[in-house]
Amino acid sequence: MDGANMALPLLQVQGLTKRYGPRIGCEEVGFDLWPGEVLGIVGESGSGKSTLLSCLAGMQAPDEGAILWDGRNVLDFSEAERRRLLRGDWAYVHQHPRDGLRMGVSAGGNVGERLMAVGARNYSAIRGAAIDWLGRVEIGPDRIDDRPSAFSGGMQQRLQIARNLVTGPRLVFMDEPTGGLDVSVQARLLDLLRGLVRDLGLSVVIVTHDLAVVRLLADRLMVMKGGRVVETGLTDQVLDDPQHAYTQLLVSSVLQV
Amino acid sequence: MIHIENLSKTFTLHNQGGTVLQVMAGATLHVAAGECVGLTGRSGSGKSTLMRMIHGNYLAASGSLVVAGLDIVTAQPRQIVALRRDTLGYVSQFLRVVPRVPTIEVVAEPLLRLGTPVPEARERAASLLDRLNIPERLWGLSPTTFSGGEQQRVNIARGFAHAFPVMLLDEPTASLDATNREVVLTLIQEAKARGAAILGIFHDEAARDRLCDRLVDVTQFTPGQAA
Repeated sequence: MDGANMALPLLQVQGLTKRYGPRIGCEEVGFDLWPGEVLGIVGESGSGKSTLLSCLAGMQAPDEGAILWDGRNVLDFSEAERRRLLRGDWAYVHQHPRDGLRMGVSAGGNVGERLMAVGARNYSAIRGAAIDWLGRVEIGPDRIDDRPSAFSGGMQQRLQIARNLVTGPRLVFMDEPTGGLDVSVQARLLDLLRGLVRDLGLSVVIVTHDLAVVRLLADRLMVMKGGRVVETGLTDQVLDDPQHAYTQLLVSSVLQV
Repeated sequence: MIHIENLSKTFTLHNQGGTVLQVMAGATLHVAAGECVGLTGRSGSGKSTLMRMIHGNYLAASGSLVVAGLDIVTAQPRQIVALRRDTLGYVSQFLRVVPRVPTIEVVAEPLLRLGTPVPEARERAASLLDRLNIPERLWGLSPTTFSGGEQQRVNIARGFAHAFPVMLLDEPTASLDATNREVVLTLIQEAKARGAAILGIFHDEAARDRLCDRLVDVTQFTPGQAA
């Protein structure tokens, strides 16, 4: 990462609001995300964290606000520009791998498809990149021709991550990426994500209700309640010295093992 | 390297009737490069609270707290993240790691975060684990299954992997046998000799006498009223 880019936020979100009729999805949300930074968004069901993520990632149109990327408002992008962004510089890891994978296509095809979407055409180069990326997420080259439906949940999730990262995105959105997995598989995935974030210098916005996950992955936290951000700060500061009543309740409600 | 002036700390317990606990007031402390300062005071007087404030995980209510030129009270989270990566090391009493990650990687991680090449980071991690008498057959295993003393040594190896200019040590010799205690004391002396500013909590009096240039009793910063 060069010094010039470090001096500017990668993503600037301002006054983002989404309403469903009279009901608030999220309201007046703003933050800056810096290169290499991992932002965790936590809150209970209905807090607006998922609405916020889907507005950020272009899956829903917000009613108000701006999302600045490289100084331009993404909400003003043409459909073609937006599609290019979502296939290249941005990536989105779904909670359920089946939402982010093509279940009828081989593992190698899943990874290669995203490369082809950004213009790659050389078959052997695409296959080489697919094998390389499957290796990075600990899927052996002997599984390249298998369909994801033959994989375990943890493996599917790792495949989804490989599919997302193969195009070298700078920003990755993650929605409960460890949510549907067994605890033993979660740990491995968390370690993998941490390593990838560190080695690739990725910026990440991760939504989860699991405070243990953000403690291990996120640099910074935003706590949401009723569609609004009630507290933000350094992850361990928010968890160890929460200031807002709701955050205090959230942190003190976690069961200890 | 550490400059603390008139620092205070309160906890507001919103879910317990909004009770406000004033746990620290008027804390003033300076630690220079190459100096080791020990915090003293009975249990509950705020030694660990002060350490956590310096590390940025407890927010100050008022006052100033500057570490290596960065005011922790007003700093942005990303500035504190960078400070912790490059400058400010913290050896707490507890090892917090991703389960199932091998010990050698746990120890090498602070160096990898700094961009140190993997072989070099692993070599440094291996030499520290070796010095701290963690048998090589354990390096490939997660430390979560280790004994308390072993975990403490892994934590120390991790804390000393990078030559931090400022170090916070919370009871680094607790639960160690005589041999390993000696290794840890030597590591701390080496850090001091290379110019690190060290602030520590040492219940071990002999260790305190050997390492500390000065002692600061935090009881003087504890407000009189009981909680």
